[in-house]
Formats: sequence, C-alpha cells, structure tokens
Amino acid sequence: MVKESKATKAVKDKATKVQEDFWELRLYIAGNTPKSVAALSNLKKYCEEHLANKYKLEIVDLLVKPQLAAGDQILAIPTLVRKVPVPIRKIIGDLSNEEKVLVGLNIRPVKK
Amino acid sequence: MPPKSKKTTVHKNSLVKTPTGIDGLDEITGGGLPAGRPSLICGEAGSGKTLFSIEFIVRGATQFGEPGVIMAFEEKADELEMNVASLGFDLKKLQKENKIRVDHVHIDRTEIEETGEYDLDGLFIRLGYAIDSIGAKRVVLDTIENLFAGLNNLGILRAEIRRLFTWLKDKGVTAVITGEKGEGKLTRQGLEEYVSDCVILLDHRVANKISTRLMRIVKYRGSLHGTNEYPFLIDEEGISVLPVTSLQLNGVVSTQKVSSGIPALDNMLGGKGFFRGSSILVSGTAGTGKTSIAAFFANASCNRKERCIYFAFEEPPLQIIRNMQSIGVDLNLHVESGLLQIHSARPTLNGLEMHLVAIHKKIKHFKPRTVILDPITNLVTVGSISEVKSFLIRLIDFLQGQNITVMFTALTLNSAVNEQTDEGVSSLVDAWLLVRDIESNGERNRGMYIMKSRGMKHSNQVREFIITDKGLDLVDVYLGQDGVLIGSAREAQLLNETTGAVLRTHALSQKDKAIQRKRMVLAAKISSLQEEFESVQDELNKVYIEEDLRKSVIEENRTQLTKLRTSHNLNHGKRK
Repeated sequence: MVKESKATKAVKDKATKVQEDFWELRLYIAGNTPKSVAALSNLKKYCEEHLANKYKLEIVDLLVKPQLAAGDQILAIPTLVRKVPVPIRKIIGDLSNEEKVLVGLNIRPVKK
Repeated sequence: MPPKSKKTTVHKNSLVKTPTGIDGLDEITGGGLPAGRPSLICGEAGSGKTLFSIEFIVRGATQFGEPGVIMAFEEKADELEMNVASLGFDLKKLQKENKIRVDHVHIDRTEIEETGEYDLDGLFIRLGYAIDSIGAKRVVLDTIENLFAGLNNLGILRAEIRRLFTWLKDKGVTAVITGEKGEGKLTRQGLEEYVSDCVILLDHRVANKISTRLMRIVKYRGSLHGTNEYPFLIDEEGISVLPVTSLQLNGVVSTQKVSSGIPALDNMLGGKGFFRGSSILVSGTAGTGKTSIAAFFANASCNRKERCIYFAFEEPPLQIIRNMQSIGVDLNLHVESGLLQIHSARPTLNGLEMHLVAIHKKIKHFKPRTVILDPITNLVTVGSISEVKSFLIRLIDFLQGQNITVMFTALTLNSAVNEQTDEGVSSLVDAWLLVRDIESNGERNRGMYIMKSRGMKHSNQVREFIITDKGLDLVDVYLGQDGVLIGSAREAQLLNETTGAVLRTHALSQKDKAIQRKRMVLAAKISSLQEEFESVQDELNKVYIEEDLRKSVIEENRTQLTKLRTSHNLNHGKRK
C-alpha cells in the first residue's frame, strides 16, 4: 500500500537552514487504526500547505510488510521518517501538533 | 495460550517449565523458567544479565531445539556476536541455520520527536515477525528499559510494556527480560510490576577486593524454588550456578576402605585405612609433612587406578611433583597417565564461592574418586572463618554425595587452643589426623596421632612420624621409665637397649658355662661317692655273709650234735 505524490515544481523558499528543497518522507503505520488515519491526514495537510510539490511521501503498512520495520528502526506507530534531507529525523505520534511536526521536519512554515 | 510441549517434570496441573540449560540453574528452579511466560533478570551493570539471557537463547536453540529471538536494545548484533564468541557461542552460524534471530533496536533521542498519541506496534510487529520467521519459542529483551531513555511519554511507555508482556504470554513464548537494578527497586523503571511470574536477581559483590557473583530467585510464582543466594561463575563455558545449599545429608555410605598410602597409618586405623567417601583432615603446624601425607594419599589412589584431583593453594604443580620426588613419590607418572590432575590457584584468584564453583566444575568434569585440598587454611585470606566453614560444609556434602574421598590439610598455629578449631571443620570431618612438632633435647620431631576416626577402631597412641628418602613411616615412640622418647633420644635409647641386651646375653652365657662346669664337677663327685658307697656296701655285705655262713654252720653243727646225743640215750635205755 504505497502511495506516492510527487511535486516537481519548486516553490521559492527563503528558509536559511534548509539546504535542499525536496523532502522524502516515509510514514509507517500498522493497519487502519485511528492514530494511523489521523497521522496520515495531518501529514497530508501539512505537506500540501507547506511543501506543495516538493515532497515525496511513502506510506508503509507494517502489517503488510513487517520485514521493513527493522530497516528504519521503527518502534512506535505511527512514525514519520524524514529520509531526505539528511540527517534522518523521526517523528512519532499522530502528528496532531503542527508546530512540532514542522520543527521536527525542519520546515519553515509558509506564511499565509 | 497455545499448548506447550516442554521437556520438564510435569506434575498434574503444575507449572510447565522451560529448561534453561544453564548449569545448575535448572536445579534451583526445579526445571527452569516458567514456560510461555516472561521472566525478569535484573542486576547491576556487569552482573551478567546479557550473558545469562543469551545463554538461555543459545542453549535453547542448540540443546532443546527451541529457536529464539534476541532483541537487543543496547548492543548491536555484531557487537553482541563478538562479545559472546569468547564463550563459544556462534551467533552468526545459528542465525544462518535459522535457529536464532538477533534484532538490534536502536533508539536515538536526538532523532525522535514526539507529537500526539502513538503506540509501540512497530516493536510488536518486529518482534512478531522475528518470532514467526523462525518459529521461536524463546525471546530475550535486553534491556527493554532503554526505551525509557529514548521516549518521553512514560504513560504510553508503561501501558505499552504491560501490553507487550501480555502479548508475549499470548504468543506462548518463554521470555527473558533484563533490567538494570535501580535504587531501592529491583529495576530502575519498576519492570517487576509487569513481570510477576519469575524474577531473578543477579549480583556482583566485592569484599576484600575479591568479587563474587551471586544469583537469587526473588520470586517464582507457582513453583518451589531455592531462596538462597547462589554463587555463579562465568567462564569459557558460560554460566555455572552452584545449588550449594539445596544439598541434603542423604549421600550413599560406603563400608569399603581405602588405603592412606602409608601402611603404618593404615594399621593405626584398624588395618585398612579410611572409609571411601569419608572426609579426612590432616592438620599440623608448618613443616610437619601435611603435603607429604596428602601426596601419598593421592599416590595410593592413583596406584589403585582411581582418579584423583589435587587442588593446591600454595604450590604450583611442578613444585609439588619435584618435592614429592625427594620422598620417593613420582606423581608425574600419574599426571602423565591421566589419573592425577593438579590444579594450583592462589586463593585470592577468586572469591570463595567462585572457588567452590570452579572446584565443582572440575570434579564434575574429571569424575575423581579422591580429592585433595591443600591447604584449606589459606582460604581464610579470601573469606572469614565462618565463610570458609560454610564453603567446606558444602564441599564435603557435595563430595560425600558422590562418594568421593576428600583429604584436607590445614595449618595450625602452634597453640593448643587452635588444635580444636581448625576453621571449625573438625566436627565436619570423619577422620582427623594431627601432625605436630615435638621439640625436646634440642631437636624437633614430628608426632602424629589420630584425633578421631568415625566408625572404626583406631589407635590412641602418638606415633613418631618419619619422612625419609623412601617415603613416610610411623614409628612407635619409646615409652620407658623416663617417659616418652622420640627422635634421636628414642634412637639413643634403642641403642642403649641393644647394648644392654648384648651385654646381658654375654653375661648369661658366661654363667651358663659356669653352671655347666659345676654340674660336671658335681657329677664327677657324685660318681666317686657312689663308688665309695658301693665299696662300703660291699664291705658290709661281706660281714653279713660271713655272719650268715657262720650262723648256718653253727646251726648245722648243733643239729648234728643233738642228733648224736639222742641216739646215745636210746641205747642206754634198752639195757635197763
């Protein structure tokens, strides 16, 4: 169950700390639990809002592919892994706190 | 719970147990850890928790055909492999054979941000996947408390750990969870709250600069278990626990006797020596030949083709062999033929308990009929007298249970009080020989006596104990009007006696001769007197005969005359 949505158009971003302008994210879930569903919808919202068209999101359901859990050292569910830009960061939980997620992913929020 | 088919002694309705394969632990726990349930192993850093858990998995995989999963929260898989390779555990090979699975769980706080609700399903899935992929029956979580360092939300963590243990139970795997010892608690995070079936505490204590590893079963629900602290040893074969105090006084008793190797000593002991399986204490002051007695005993055992282990706490093996050659015992012969093993170790090498475990292992391995400890008094350097005593009690119990004859040597100080209290073991041993210095006339000599010898007639006499090039011997001391004489005084006395005897025999023969002569003189005299007497008798006889002759002649004449007279009278009458 891998979904991908690609963004090719780079939006002008003045973030000083961010070297790369492309995010590779991977979300680990285990079945359709409320937490997983919440995390997914939260993440999509943030991505569309702040990383429109410059992110790649991969969703891994560990119930289907349990062998993938060890590779990214997954303990908690749901876990969001930022593969790119390096270093790898992990955010666990249902991602309900937008500010924390953005800080964790090192995304400079787009001013509305 | 799924049905379990574990090899344990199963009573009806009783707890099914999974043998750990760890030397001695299964005896203490009465069969192993509770099958299908989590057990907690806690202890301080370096107390052997990880090793314990890995040995549990490896032995399960190799000896009991139960695959296992190691989930390492501390060490990486390859580090773990390296660490246990020194114990002969080849994790790589076992992993290739699908007998075990090692999964390293890495948590880096700097990488992780927490927002909102989460659970540890990822861990469950990883573990479940590892278990299912090899059909694991055993699981180790080492050390799950590391989760607390990586994650912030204690509420979630605790709930999830509780869920994990329930989940493990439902999976029907026998799990070992390790935990670091905390302040005033068994584990830092109170894991014991979740694991309620079996808790084992490992301890590493240092007293007098000597370390001792100890293991205690804090609780074991639904099962009898030993409650004491059991010493254990980690060596190249893994962990060995010594179920020392579970021993009972019900060993086999032998009436067979074994020679001490010194014929004269055997004679003092009713002719045949010590009972097999008995314990013998040889105590004495320094330089009285205790080691020599022990070596003779070892030699006698080997000559009977019985194996013997010699534990030396003072001298290295080669030194013992060399020294004993000087008194005519070639121990090297027996060492080469494999009947004799000499193990030398300074008592300070280990704590007492470690020594005991090491001795146990060697004895179990070599299966000797005779064991010698020389000397036990040196052990006091690593323990108090009472500890040494309990050490010896347990050792004696163990050896007697196996019907192994044991000889201890003990050094006594030169005072009468100490004679009675050699580490307090004198009451434990079956036979007690005392060798002591006797100083008199400007020389020291050795005297030996048997203080006690249970169940056999034994001499109450002090014997002089002599060490010569040819070996050991016991000589009766000289008991004379001047008292007890030993050493050169005894020799001198013996010489005196021999001289006296020679003189006496000489004098006697002289006297005999004189008597002989006298007898001959007298005999001569007697015969001459006899002759004289016979001549006198002849003389007397002659008179008698003459008298008789005369008498008869006179009588005859008278008769003749009478006859004549009568006839004359008749003629005269006719005339008238």
